[in-house]
Amino acid sequence: MAHQRGSRHFLAQRLTALLLLPLVVYLVILLVSMVGADHATVAVRLSMPVVWVPMLGLVLAGVWHMWLGMQVVIDDYARGGSRSTLQMLSTVLSIATALACLYAVYLLNSGA
Amino acid sequence: MVGSSQPTPRPLSPHLQIYRPEINMVMSIVHRLTGLALYAGAVLLVWWLLAAASGPAYFDYVNGLWSSVLGRIVLLGYTWALLHHTLGGVRHLIWDTGRGLDIPTVDRLSWWTILLSAALTMVVWVVGYWMKGAI
Repeated sequence: MAHQRGSRHFLAQRLTALLLLPLVVYLVILLVSMVGADHATVAVRLSMPVVWVPMLGLVLAGVWHMWLGMQVVIDDYARGGSRSTLQMLSTVLSIATALACLYAVYLLNSGA
Repeated sequence: MVGSSQPTPRPLSPHLQIYRPEINMVMSIVHRLTGLALYAGAVLLVWWLLAAASGPAYFDYVNGLWSSVLGRIVLLGYTWALLHHTLGGVRHLIWDTGRGLDIPTVDRLSWWTILLSAALTMVVWVVGYWMKGAI
């Protein structure tokens, strides 16, 4: 997967890395600030745009970044037919993770 | 390869076991391993978000799992993996600009990454326990 489209893969990995840098710092501070908080507090916090927008950005950029990274790892170690199977599995898992995050953010904002 | 005759034996490059571990190579491996761990970590983060979205009962249940001894060990590892991979990523971004590629600088950056990731993990957890009122 990473072969033949090398430079695009390289650039996407670096761009997502740059995006993730501030978002990871923000996430760590956010999570630490919510240690021991009850559900009501966390739900209110997560429905604030200043929280859910970066959180969504973090997960989407993170999923893209991890999908790219996993492509390289699979290409390095998997041989033959298992390679494309694992690549497909990783793609499905990545998309599922992104969709699940979108769904969670939607639920948190619909006042459920 | 199918149907072709056996290729003539060619010299192999030295296997991984032959090298004495160098800090730069260990860091390269650890960067990959922490990346793999964070792949699973992303799923865990989204699971927690879903738990928060699905109401107090399930959220409390999931939080209970994270508060257990095993949960805390996983979270501690997650914290370190995230910080280590992030700092390692910064190192890679510096290298992408063509700077810091000589071996002494690579080794120095490696040690800084280890020390900083450990120190920051400790800071995050001390502040976390302080937030909880345990300190």
